[in-house]
Amino acid sequence: MTWLICLKAIVWRELLRFLNQPSRLISALVRPLIWLLVFAAGFRAALGLAIAPPYDTYIPYGVYVVPGLVGMVQLFNAMQSSLSMVYDREMGSMRLLLTSPLPRWYLISCKLLAGIVVSVVQVYAFLAVAWLCGDDAPPLGYVTVLPALIANGVMLGALGLLLSSLIRQLENFAGVMNFVVFPLFFLSTALYPLWKIREGSEIVADICALNPFTYGVEMIRFGLYGQWNGLATLVVLTVGPLLLAGAILGYSPSRGLIRRKAA
Amino acid sequence: MTLALEVTGLTYCFGQKRALDEVSFAVERTSFTALLGPNGAGKTTFFSLATRLFDAPAGTIRIFGRDVTRHPGEALARLGVVFQDPTLDLDLSVVQNLRYAAALHGLKPRLAAERIERELARFGLFEQRHQKARRLNGGHRRRIEIARALMHEPALLLLDEPTVGLDTPTRSQLVALVHQLCHEEGIAVLWTTHLVDELNDEGDRVVLLQRGRVQAQGTVPEVLAAAGAADLHSIFGPAPALLP
Repeated sequence: MTWLICLKAIVWRELLRFLNQPSRLISALVRPLIWLLVFAAGFRAALGLAIAPPYDTYIPYGVYVVPGLVGMVQLFNAMQSSLSMVYDREMGSMRLLLTSPLPRWYLISCKLLAGIVVSVVQVYAFLAVAWLCGDDAPPLGYVTVLPALIANGVMLGALGLLLSSLIRQLENFAGVMNFVVFPLFFLSTALYPLWKIREGSEIVADICALNPFTYGVEMIRFGLYGQWNGLATLVVLTVGPLLLAGAILGYSPSRGLIRRKAA
Repeated sequence: MTLALEVTGLTYCFGQKRALDEVSFAVERTSFTALLGPNGAGKTTFFSLATRLFDAPAGTIRIFGRDVTRHPGEALARLGVVFQDPTLDLDLSVVQNLRYAAALHGLKPRLAAERIERELARFGLFEQRHQKARRLNGGHRRRIEIARALMHEPALLLLDEPTVGLDTPTRSQLVALVHQLCHEEGIAVLWTTHLVDELNDEGDRVVLLQRGRVQAQGTVPEVLAAAGAADLHSIFGPAPALLP
């Protein structure tokens, strides 16, 4: 019961902070919507997309890119949570959480779950706008995509937590954007299919195929159409727990890197 | 009788720098103990170890007999903490901050609501209960942080330089308030500070920490005798010259 009360409080606080900052929701929506409404309009003419699963017919680029943009919402939310963790650590409010009598691994997992809840809220807000803009995912797809969103949220949220345990100062966060977020996003199938990338560069396509975010996006893409991609699921469900284990280690009192900042 | 806090041979290094060197001292139940030391003495490092933000490679910290490293859950459950840096969530209201802290200790909502009401009344903050922490002054924020540390009724209260940045009257009020808590509620208090005027010469115990080592400990007269100082103001020796 104690554990559940603590979990509810951490999720509640994260949601409350999110709702207290309407600009956060707006910016979370504006970024993918620019891609959907502006870039997709431009790419539509330039890119021809063949029929490939999960789609059973030719689709416009605007439809193809929606799962990738869902991944983008989750990726940026994870980085926002990570930034917030670094900020909390620098400002001291992180200490309150870490001095709870519950185990450290549990507190970190609660923090991760809270971030996933916020990211799922953001994703559904984006999917609602995308639907209004003409996205044609089947109605049931909005339900079947949920497990993929949670699994991808675990993977990306755990990455964010791991990064927050490694970053020593808030100022270093710009480097995360350059060296983690942008490569993860652009070297994936979020914006273009793998076969299309391979037409341009074998090396880039190989890198994309090694990028776990690619599999997160594909899991969402298949989920959104009520289908299941075994390889994507396997990769996401393997990488997520590994990253979470790294994050828990990063916040461990005996081995963690928090000590660098804490004193 | 089990001590509220028992520190034995605690050593901690940041790289080559030894921040704490074989530190040993104790805080008795229902006593007010000041961990007194100048800036850089190792007080905050000790505080981080006592609250298990990180573990010490050598030495032990026991809270009511429970080793902080081996039994962190049981040790931290009896500990209330007020950090040196403000740790309130400024975007949440006073009540929301208190409710969050109560939940981190597993208090059920009804019990948490009762405790919140009690602490708000005790600290004279009932009218501010729905205000966001951001809108409160420094003195009120500190009171909330102390109230928050008391939500789970700890038996030991650690306060790390809680009066930093406060004006003199507010400082005096806080010192008196925590002494009152100690005497009336029977809570053991460890108050870290470098401000000697925050000590009560008659009842307080003092642990004098300098350059990571305990130089003396006991009542104020005992510490003055051990340090060879005439009064608490001269206990750290002459201040280094700021200008050549």
